[in-house]
Amino acid sequence: MEKKIIVVDNVKKIYKIGRKQDFVVADGLSFQVSKGEVVCIVGKTGCGKSTCFNMLLGIEPTTEGTIRIEGRDPYKDFNYFQTKIGAIFQTDRLLPWRSSLENAVIGLELVEKSKEAREEIALKWLHRLGLEGFEEVYPYQLSGGMRQRVGMARAFTVNPDILLADEAFGHLDQVTSNQLREIFLELIKETGKTCLVVTHDIREAIEIGNRIIVLGKPCRNLLDEKIPEFSSEKEKGEYEERIFSVIDRGEV
Amino acid sequence: MLERLKKIQLKKGGFISFGIILIAWETSSHFVPPYLIPDLSTLLDKFLEVLTSWKLMRHVFITVLRVIIALTISFVFGATLSILMGFVRKSEDYILPVLHFVMGVPALSWVVMAIIWFPNIESRILFILVACCFPNYTLEMYDGIKGIQKDLMDMLQSFRPTRLQLFSKLILPSIVPAILTSWKINVGYATRVAMVAELVGATTGVGFQLLSSQEMFDMPGAIAWTLMLIVFLLISQFSLEKAERYLLRYRPSTN
Ligand SMILES: Nc1ncnc2c1ncn2[C@@H]1O[C@H](COP(=O)(O)OP(=O)(O)OP(=O)(O)O)[C@@H](O)[C@H]1O
Ligand SMILES: [Mg+2]
Repeated sequence: MEKKIIVVDNVKKIYKIGRKQDFVVADGLSFQVSKGEVVCIVGKTGCGKSTCFNMLLGIEPTTEGTIRIEGRDPYKDFNYFQTKIGAIFQTDRLLPWRSSLENAVIGLELVEKSKEAREEIALKWLHRLGLEGFEEVYPYQLSGGMRQRVGMARAFTVNPDILLADEAFGHLDQVTSNQLREIFLELIKETGKTCLVVTHDIREAIEIGNRIIVLGKPCRNLLDEKIPEFSSEKEKGEYEERIFSVIDRGEV
Repeated sequence: MLERLKKIQLKKGGFISFGIILIAWETSSHFVPPYLIPDLSTLLDKFLEVLTSWKLMRHVFITVLRVIIALTISFVFGATLSILMGFVRKSEDYILPVLHFVMGVPALSWVVMAIIWFPNIESRILFILVACCFPNYTLEMYDGIKGIQKDLMDMLQSFRPTRLQLFSKLILPSIVPAILTSWKINVGYATRVAMVAELVGATTGVGFQLLSSQEMFDMPGAIAWTLMLIVFLLISQFSLEKAERYLLRYRPSTN
């Protein structure tokens, strides 16, 4: 059997809202990801995708159940995951007082590495993402699409084993988001990273992923299967529709 | 109020207004005894006298030094409290009410307390200034810390920073605007409070000189000393704005 790099086992997440009220975001969420797989997670808006994303990233604890990445808990074994997990967020989350280069380099700044070495790496990624000539400018001087590219460069710069993306192309216009998705696909194919891509866009999921996980509300896996090869557009359309109905009805 | 502080350059309108005031002043001085409204050339002479005499300018420097030392101490103390409130859960519940109480105490009450508590003049002045100024630092910076976006916090956390790195790479740069604002507010405030503090028992400083001018019915003196303070304030606001333009250069300019 292939080695499972991410193991999510029966995770439950409850937010306390108010004194006595609980809000269940996830209940009975389980899935596994093998090395090198690109898994897309889709689900209705507000079903808890970002919460799961944060739990996988280790910045949010689970209430019950376990998450293991390379056999360790990303929340409890926080520091172990330095440079091991990279994240691309829905919004660029750039630090406004840092230039593109300074933003891209921040992950390496936290580990011991010489300034020249880390800037060389960050520059390579910025250029790879088409940002030549924009290394020294501040985020406010960049367009939304370019800022998102800087955010991607920042994630790739630490050369993580696992890449997590949360609606990374969602809020951009159609053209820009298509462009970015293409570059992203290219880069993950090239680097062979294990990827977990959260999206609400079924078409995007089919485009990017080898596997799809459909989440219900509260977060639990309704469907978890390999995305088949499509011989025709029609077949692809039917598959999209099937996934859509699963999301819509909240059951298989 | 900040908007007002931001724009201290004189525009054409300013010149006209000041021109009118000066003309009105000069005109009145010819109808009223000089000890009430002295004419402009007397004022200028007095101003230059202060400016060129080390014996007199010393008092300006002493006041400025007192203000700067007191502000530095207030800043360190205020910043420590704000960081405590920002990072130790629940400490806000204990600190904020006291802070609001302290802010409600009038400067004059601090003066009275300082006289009773401290025999030493310098300690009195320091105490009064710090008591008046540190809450502004704390509240401004605390607002800055609270305003840090969780999004950015999560982003940095995903790279696994140490506490120190979190502070130096995210928190400190985030609150630079708040720090600048708090200094802008406090320089003016501290200078005004220093005048009151120097009225009681001090034998140096601009406040003391103002008191002497009043006792000797020396109107030109009173105005010359006041002008000195205004010059100091303008210089410090100007420097702070320079610093701000440099430190906040990453922001889109509004004009
Ligand atoms: N810190 C929190 N405290 C309480 N409730 C929260 C918190 N964070 C998220 N929630 C709730 O959890 C639910 C899921 O939020 P989440 O952001 O994970 O959804 P999502 O699937 O990412 O949605 P979207 O597709 O719109 O991004 C929401 O109803 C939200 O109100
Ligand atoms: Mg989300």
